[in-house]
Formats: sequence, structure tokens, C-alpha cells
Amino acid sequence: MNFEFSDEQQQLRETVNRYLTEQYTFEKFRAVNASAEGWDKTAWAGLAELGVLALNVPAAQGGLGYGPLETLSVMGACGRSLLLEPFLSSAVIATAVLRSFADDAAVAELLTKMASGDAIAVLAHYEPDSRYETQWVKALARKSGNGYKLDGHKAVVLHAGAADTLLVSARVSGNPQDAGGVSLFRVPRDAKGLTLEAYPTIDGQRAADVYLDAVQVPAESRLGKDGEALPAVEAALDIGLAALCAEAVGVMQALLEATVAYVQSRQQFGAPIGRFQALQHRIADMLIHLEQARSMSYLAALRCTDENAAERRRALSAAKALVGQSCRFVGQQAVQLHGGMGMTDELIVSHWFKRLTAAELMYGDSDSHLQRYAALTGI
Amino acid sequence: MRLEFTEEEQAFREEVRTFLREKLPTGIREKVLNGFELSREDHVLWQRTLHERGWGGLSWPKEFGGPGWNSVQQYIFEEETALAGAPRLIPFGTKMVAPVIMAFGNAAQQQRFLPPISSGAEWWCQGYSEPGAGSDLASLKMRATLEGDHYVVNGQKTWNTLGQYADWIFCLVRTDPQAKPQSGISFLLIDMKSPGITVRPITLLDGGQEVNEIWFENVKVPVQNRVGDENKGWTYAKFLLGHERTNIAGIGGAKRELARLKRIASSEKKHGRPLIEDPLFAANIAQVEIDLWALEITNLRVLSGERGSTVPGPDASILKIRGTEIAQRISELLMHAVGPYALPLRREAMEAGWQSDPTREAPGPRYAATLAAAYLNQRKLSIFGGTNEIQKNIISKMIVGL
Repeated sequence: MNFEFSDEQQQLRETVNRYLTEQYTFEKFRAVNASAEGWDKTAWAGLAELGVLALNVPAAQGGLGYGPLETLSVMGACGRSLLLEPFLSSAVIATAVLRSFADDAAVAELLTKMASGDAIAVLAHYEPDSRYETQWVKALARKSGNGYKLDGHKAVVLHAGAADTLLVSARVSGNPQDAGGVSLFRVPRDAKGLTLEAYPTIDGQRAADVYLDAVQVPAESRLGKDGEALPAVEAALDIGLAALCAEAVGVMQALLEATVAYVQSRQQFGAPIGRFQALQHRIADMLIHLEQARSMSYLAALRCTDENAAERRRALSAAKALVGQSCRFVGQQAVQLHGGMGMTDELIVSHWFKRLTAAELMYGDSDSHLQRYAALTGI
Repeated sequence: MRLEFTEEEQAFREEVRTFLREKLPTGIREKVLNGFELSREDHVLWQRTLHERGWGGLSWPKEFGGPGWNSVQQYIFEEETALAGAPRLIPFGTKMVAPVIMAFGNAAQQQRFLPPISSGAEWWCQGYSEPGAGSDLASLKMRATLEGDHYVVNGQKTWNTLGQYADWIFCLVRTDPQAKPQSGISFLLIDMKSPGITVRPITLLDGGQEVNEIWFENVKVPVQNRVGDENKGWTYAKFLLGHERTNIAGIGGAKRELARLKRIASSEKKHGRPLIEDPLFAANIAQVEIDLWALEITNLRVLSGERGSTVPGPDASILKIRGTEIAQRISELLMHAVGPYALPLRREAMEAGWQSDPTREAPGPRYAATLAAAYLNQRKLSIFGGTNEIQKNIISKMIVGL
């Protein structure tokens, strides 16, 4: 049992941390957030140059072939700097999906492009009725000519607007809640019949609802065997969950530090408010939540590639439930302890709070993971 | 980074398990697993059994007759013993006064006092708190005046856990009333048979008599029973409190009680179905299990030195707060699991043998009889060993830097 990071992992962490601290300042975040696209190609190219986008791409496709611990090592900095670029959605989750199908020459080529920052892909899986249930797929894929016709509605697809390629899940057989019968397709974002209803999310990231209306795709765009794509989707989402937990821990760490600095400088009743025990105890509670969340982010990273899917998902649900609860507590208390200033758009505090709020709601909120944990544990 | 223990550590765990299978008396095991009170004899027997195996003092170095275990081995030992239903080690001798005597006592004190602690021949209790000195321990008033070759001790100690069984008590006493509170304290070892000592049990909210108050009236204590220097007792006291905290998260005990909660919730019925299938109750169990999992990893992080030191420093405050909150939550859920049958008050049900005695009448399921009393008793967890509020003071000062 040890919790040491390898030299490589530490180096990665420092490199990305330095780059983002220098290049992705709060002012930069504001500028990117205010832009129409909501993400910055220069910053993306910078991340590609650092090799960060190649982290999860297999070596055979020109990537670094790293895993969840290396991803964890860079996610903290991504959270702290409120990165708006599609790192989690493309370089972690979609990359993890595609990795399962890298035998496919077209997929391998896509991965190579993603490693160098020349392509962006995102997973379009959840639907309005599925809430956080990964099995629930209603979108349809019907055989049509030498390919498929896709119809459906995908909900809150992170960074869909930035992507060249959407990885769309659709049912080839069975009912919406069946585990089998789901296929996955590579669909160009500009495919005929595919429309995006784009919007910013509460934390300034970009997302879209994706509508598929008789979108014709060739048979070669299907990933893997027909109707057997769900395990790969779930495995990738668990890798994404682990990364999201690590990102949230980075944000919580930043918020705790900012809050401590604030209560040490803010004077009321002739003293820094950090002298008051009610506030000291609240900060102690924030630290406890942060450290418990950090422990679970380690568990998530260590277990998210487990071959035993039930055990893997159990650990990931435990992690996301607890990290989500910590996100809520630490975020809310950071705003509270900053008083009126915590309510302003001017301070980065409110933006970190919104990122934590989003993090709890993404890929399963705490209650849904608590229930999934209970079901998988047999409680 | 990896969560798994090393092969040597796994082998050690197996060794502990084998020992427990062979040496833990069934009667004692049954009492612990079902939440019954243990007798003095149970504790002494278990301590003697450990001593015979060479495990009388977990952290004790070999030169003092201990196994010389590192903190990971101690953790594994405490987890396995708790899971198996062994008594928790009475800490006052082995974990509190012994490390002080090893670090600050002289050779004569080490030879006189350490062997009977390890063998269980002498029972120690703690003499720290006073009616006016709880969280503010340094304000203690019990007075010791040097008269020739002995001190004369007058005053009162309180909350002396299992003091009714004790042969010896270690006390913080005031030897210099003029000095600053922390500077005038000495550390004395006092024979409980000394004339002038009166032990009075305090009945607690669960009806049990676990703690006492102890009165000292002109009690003579030989000067050779002072540990270390006069007026340096506060340093030793803080050192002791650091050692008290090695198993502070109580992971093994919490796992054991959680398993018991699941057993009881599976056997209780709601709307004709097992209570454990009730979504709300299931979510409550799941929540506490997840909280415990996170705390276990945090505990391993502290043990591995990830947070800077394996010596329980301020991080132990995190473990204490979460550990006690989780244990208290489990005790709440255990009580709620049996619903209205938590209400009948059966003090005698705490005694071993009650549950299996068919002549005793029990309203409701027999396992329900001890659960409310245990819940009431567990409220102490967030109060003793430094209240959880004091722990938060420590965190905000020592970790956060406020």
C-alpha cells in the first residue's frame, strides 16, 4: 500500500500546472467564456504540444499510452484553472471509448489525430429520459442500404459543438432499458440530419442537445460488433468519472486555499474573521470533506480500469457519491465564508463553485450513485 | 500508487488471523459480536493471551518486551482483532502510560511497571480530567506537595474509565501553583491501594457504570513514582495523547458493526419484506459504508506517510472526527433497525448469556435489547479523547494555519 506518484506522474502534474497557471489565467478563462465558441484553439494546441492530449491514446496510435493515475495527475490543474476546452470529454472519455476499437483502421487514424490535437470527438450517449441510467438508450439505428439510419435525441452532450466527430449510441434491438442491442457510431458533426441546440452550461462549458433525424451513416462507421457497444461506453464513462473526481478535488483544493486566505485578510469587529471559531470549524469541515474526496479520487483512479465490471462500478459509484457531496459542501461553504464577495461574478470563487455544482450533476449525481452503489453491493 | 498491502503485510495479517482462530475464546468473541459488556476477567485473560504470544504491547519496541510492530502492522492487528470480535485493548496501560514510561521514565520504573502491563497483571486507569478541567486540561487543580521523600496528593479526578478495576492510576498533578498553568504540572504513578483514595462510580445514561470519580485525600506517593522531571508533566501528557491516537479511526470496529447492522436489517421486516430492501434504509446503510470506505483510505494515506508523517499528528484529528461520526451513525442505524423494540429498557440484557438464556423473557427480537443502550453509550465517542470541537480547533490551527 502506497500513495506515491511516480516521477513521470509528478513531472506531468508540474508541467501542466505550470502551463495552465501561466497561460490559462482567470482573465483568459473570462475571455474564452465570453467568446462565441467557448473554447480556445490556441490553448488546445498548447495542450497538444505538451503531450497532454496524447495521454490516453495508445502508443500504437502515436499516444503516450498512459492511464488513470496520469490523468488524475493533470486533472487537478484543469479544475483549478477552470479549463473550458474539451479535455475530459474528448481526451479522456471519447479517447477511452475509441481505444476499445483501435483495431479499426479508421478509429486508429482518428485516435492519432486526437493525440496531436487535430481532431476532437465526444460521446453522445445520455438521453432526456435516461437521466443518469447508462443502459437507457432509445435512439434508433435502422439498417438502411449499406449502412444505418439514426434517429434520436441526445441530452446535454458536453462539447458537442467543438467536436468534429460524435460517438453516438443507438439501439439496434430490444427495449430502451436493455443492456444488449446498443451500437455505437462515428458520426461527423456536420452530417446531414444532425442538428445541435447549443448552450453554455452553468459553469461556462459548452454543451448541446443533439438531434438525429434520419442521419445516414455507412456500416463502417459502426464501432465493434452490432448491439454490443454498451460495455465499452460504460467502461469509458467510469474512466471519465474518475477523471471528473480528480478535477473536482483540484477545484475544492483551490477553493479551500482561497477561503483560508480570505478569512485571514477580511477584517470585521476589529479582527480577521478567521479568528472566529464558527468560521474556523467550518473550514476544518471543508478540509475534512476535501481529504475524504481526495481519498475517493484515488480509489476511483485505481479501480476505474478494473476488469470486473461490477466491482469497478461499485467503487466508482462510491467515489462519485462522496465526491459529489463534498463538492456541494465545500462549494457552498466557500461562497458562504466569502460573504457578499462570494456571490459576485468578479471573484473566481463563484466560478469554482459553479464548476463544482456542475461536477456533482455530471455523469450521475450523488443520489443516483448512492442508489447504484446500494444495488451493486446488495444492500 | 496502490491500495494493496505488501506480501509481507498480507502474511502478517494471516498470522494474526490464525492466532485469533486458535486463541480467541468463543465466550469473549460472542460477547463482543453481540454487544455485551466484558468483565475485568475477560480483558485480563485476553491481555495475558496476547502477552504469551509476545504481543502484549503492540507498539512496544523489542527491548521492552514488545513485538516492535510498525504502524502498518499495528493497524492490521487492530483491524483483524476488531473484526474477529476480540476485546479492544484497554489502552490506559499499554498505549498510554507505557510509552511515557519508556520515553521519560528511569530504568527502575521501566523494570517495575512495564512487565505487569504487558502481562495484564496490573490494570491501569487514567487520571487526567477533573471536574473543572476537561477540554482545558491545563487548568487542572489536583495538588501534590513534596514532603521529604514523598508527595502528598489532594484533589479529585473524574471520568476514570474502568477505574473500579484499576491497580494503578497515572495522574497529572499540580506541583507549582504559582507557575503558568502548563508549567506547574507533574506526572505521578499512584497505587490505587494507597490510603486516602476513594473511588465512586458514575452511573451513565445507559445505566452502566463505566466511569468513576476518584477522590484523593492526603494520599502519600513516593517521589520515585514521579515520571521525569518535576513540573515537566505537560510535555509527557501531550506525548501520551499522541500515542492514544494510533487506532483512532476505529476502522475494524466500524466494519464489524456495519456487518452486524446488515445482518439485523436483513432479518427485520418492513411491509413483510426485509428492512434492508427498503430504499431509504438501504441508502442510509450505503451512505455510511461509503463514508467508512473513504475514511479507511484516508487512514491508509496517513499510515503510508503520504501526508508527511506516520506519527499521528494533526491528521489524527481528521480520523478521530470522521471515525466517531461514522461509529455513532452506525449505532443510530442499529437502533432504528429494530424500530419500537429499541424502546424496552432491559439493563440486564447487557450481561453476557442473557440472549441465549431461554428462561429470560424478551419482548421483540433478542438482539434488539442492547441496541438503544449501545447508541446512548456511543455518544461518548465525540466527547472523549478531545471533543470533536477541540479536534476542529486543532485542524484549523495545525493543518489550515488559522
